[in-house]
Amino acid sequence: MDFGFNLSPSSAVELDKVDTSLFRELCRIEPGARTCIGCGSCSATCTASEHSGMSVRKLLLSLQRGKMRDVEKMLTCCMLCGKCTMVCPRGINTRRIILTVCRLYENVEGRI
Amino acid sequence: MENKDQILVIGGGVAGMEAARQLKSLGFKPILVEKGPALGGHVASWNRLFPDMTPVRKVLDPLTSSLEGVEVLLDTTVESVSRSQREYTVVLTRGRVIKCPAIIIATGFKLFEARKKEEYGYGIYDRVITNKDLENWFNTGEDGRVPDRPSAVGFVHCVGSRDIKAGNQQCSKVCCITAIKQAIEVKERFPQAEVYCFYMDLRLFGKKYEDFYINAQRDCGIHFIRGRVSEVAELIDGRVQVKAEDTLSGRPVKVKLDLLVLMSGIVCNPANNHLASELSVPLDEDGFLRSRDNIFSVTESDRPGVFFAGTCTGPKTIPETLSEARGAALGVYNYLKGKK
Amino acid sequence: MIYQGKQKIWSDYQKEIPDNHWFYVRSCIRQSFFPASEHYFLKICRDLLDRDIYESAHHTTCGGIAYHCDTIPQETAMTIVARQFALMTEAGYENLVTSCITSFGNYTEILETWREFPELEARVREHLWKSCRREFRKPVYLAHASDLVYKLRDEIAARARFSLVDKETGEPLKIVEHIGCHYSKMFPHKGVGGAEYPCVLSGMAEAWGGKVIDYPERRHCCGFGFRQYLVKANRGYSMSNTYKKFESMEPYHPDVIITNCPGCPFFLDRWQYVISEQEGKTYGPDGHGIPVLTYEELAGLVLGFDPWDLGLQVHQVGPEPLLDKMGIPYDPSAKYNGLDRKKLMTPGLPAVLKCC
Repeated sequence: MDFGFNLSPSSAVELDKVDTSLFRELCRIEPGARTCIGCGSCSATCTASEHSGMSVRKLLLSLQRGKMRDVEKMLTCCMLCGKCTMVCPRGINTRRIILTVCRLYENVEGRI
Repeated sequence: MENKDQILVIGGGVAGMEAARQLKSLGFKPILVEKGPALGGHVASWNRLFPDMTPVRKVLDPLTSSLEGVEVLLDTTVESVSRSQREYTVVLTRGRVIKCPAIIIATGFKLFEARKKEEYGYGIYDRVITNKDLENWFNTGEDGRVPDRPSAVGFVHCVGSRDIKAGNQQCSKVCCITAIKQAIEVKERFPQAEVYCFYMDLRLFGKKYEDFYINAQRDCGIHFIRGRVSEVAELIDGRVQVKAEDTLSGRPVKVKLDLLVLMSGIVCNPANNHLASELSVPLDEDGFLRSRDNIFSVTESDRPGVFFAGTCTGPKTIPETLSEARGAALGVYNYLKGKK
Repeated sequence: MIYQGKQKIWSDYQKEIPDNHWFYVRSCIRQSFFPASEHYFLKICRDLLDRDIYESAHHTTCGGIAYHCDTIPQETAMTIVARQFALMTEAGYENLVTSCITSFGNYTEILETWREFPELEARVREHLWKSCRREFRKPVYLAHASDLVYKLRDEIAARARFSLVDKETGEPLKIVEHIGCHYSKMFPHKGVGGAEYPCVLSGMAEAWGGKVIDYPERRHCCGFGFRQYLVKANRGYSMSNTYKKFESMEPYHPDVIITNCPGCPFFLDRWQYVISEQEGKTYGPDGHGIPVLTYEELAGLVLGFDPWDLGLQVHQVGPEPLLDKMGIPYDPSAKYNGLDRKKLMTPGLPAVLKCC
């Protein structure tokens, strides 16, 4: 019988334990990735967003919080239309970021 | 010299110094009263200034030298003020009495006492310091709380400001940009360290501030976490653990730090209360002195001949303070012009 | 850690605790969780320290559990509490001391609410009169029983037969103190030492020779949280919070945990068994747990009362390693004897958690 005596997993992100090597590699290639201010205009304009959960804002954040599974899922939803790049107030080359992350992922074993 | 040229400037920070300097060049005889043992106010305890990393001396030295010939009364405060038709009679401590037709109040602010935010453990945890402590460390290199080779350093924005529980609803205005400046400086000194800024909103309104921010993000790799630190605790090895919510991802975050810097905000100077009641100038709801209005007459009070300069009326940057000091001096000139 | 910094905060949160003449209200659940704690509180205060503590047989629940579980409205809880005040008034007392933290929180919250909304107090007076023809005066002082023991800590220390010191090494024992949330988190100024660094229990521990551990999750709730434990679907949260605290205190190797809440010690004690069964993990030395005691039990031990008379055998985690460290003699064969000194029964032992 289940009495509910189970440990619930913690949702807390421990920033000092997160593996951000992929994000750092991305920033080496595309330093603009660091300048995101989370305004969300990329997601608001994204063709795929409302149907698939794609969001460049979330993708960049997930990379910094070690949520690689979320990154992977989002990458497969992008249609590379480039609207996010047009709208970004910080002039971040979001389209290039997506392509770069895809390429970096190819080197990571067992992904995509 | 006649009393009508004598102008009392209360407060020897940058506002009072600049006001006195301008009054002097307008032909008045300013008397600068400072409660402490030296001029320069809060600025004197700083190291470099945003947004151009200007050394403090580059601001204070010319101000100090331009005060040559101005009577400066240190370690002195105002005891009482009375007003006759033409002039104010101000009784100072140490027995001095000044008669003057106008007064400029430049009594500035107080830095929020960080220990009041008990959950951040200032004065309790070994690795928690304030923005002021960090500037002092930049100046002297002496502070046992700053480790030799930190691998992670955090900054908490809005400590005691925008915080009703701390009694300060107002934004302290300069802390966001100060945190970014200090984060960059820490990163310059400790390139191997990860630097985190925990903020509620980033308010980077001034010229070049946004450039500073982009520089901190892109070139220094400083992590900006949108979420207010809820609690700090000491770990067994003496480091501190910081808890916040990463509100952009909606998840709780934790990080272990070698040093935590609290951005203590600008709050009203309680010494103003006495002065305000002596001069019958009202205080605002936030405890700062109340300007005649907040657009056209920021440096004027409701009382004839009483002017304000700088942060006695609210949080301000140094250039804003200097401009107000000039405005107040000009206000005195225009006020007395018709009376000569 | 800068101890003087804490002292500075403590000086901001000193509450006035009268020395004598208290009307005592018991807890609903503590007598079954820790059957001897309230008895020994009275015994220590009355017999040993010669204080006047009165209790009334007409006292009932304060309604706190029902209130926190959303099963009664606050006005009903207020009327129940008004009746307790009436009992106090009728008995001729003006200082009220509660055994339960949630009661303390409930009474404090009600008094503060009445201060802000006097019309509510007037209505509750009317309810009380209509329902049981009673009238009351509000207590002049309200304290939790741990406040009183804190106040008396030095008198207890002066009579102590044992101290919180490892008799082998002479080192002070490492004490974790855990404060019930409703003690001072709602009204920091109503608790000794405030809400962030309360000193009500740490003051006792230090007065009796121990060294208090400040571990990262010290302030964290034990996880009981009424609806968390009482609702089956939430039970995992309750245990997870306790787990988080144990993981955080583990590196400090605490010898004992002391508490001032009815729920916390129960859960901090019992969850150690559940965690040991599910995760195979124990937090004390050699497969033992960390004993979790009420402050009355700890005071009783220090004063030399028999551990089994103090009811330590009803805890899940065995107190024996602690007793051995303090050099307190005990008869292992008498552990499960009743008050008539006859054996009641011997409970089965857990598979993982060593309980002596």
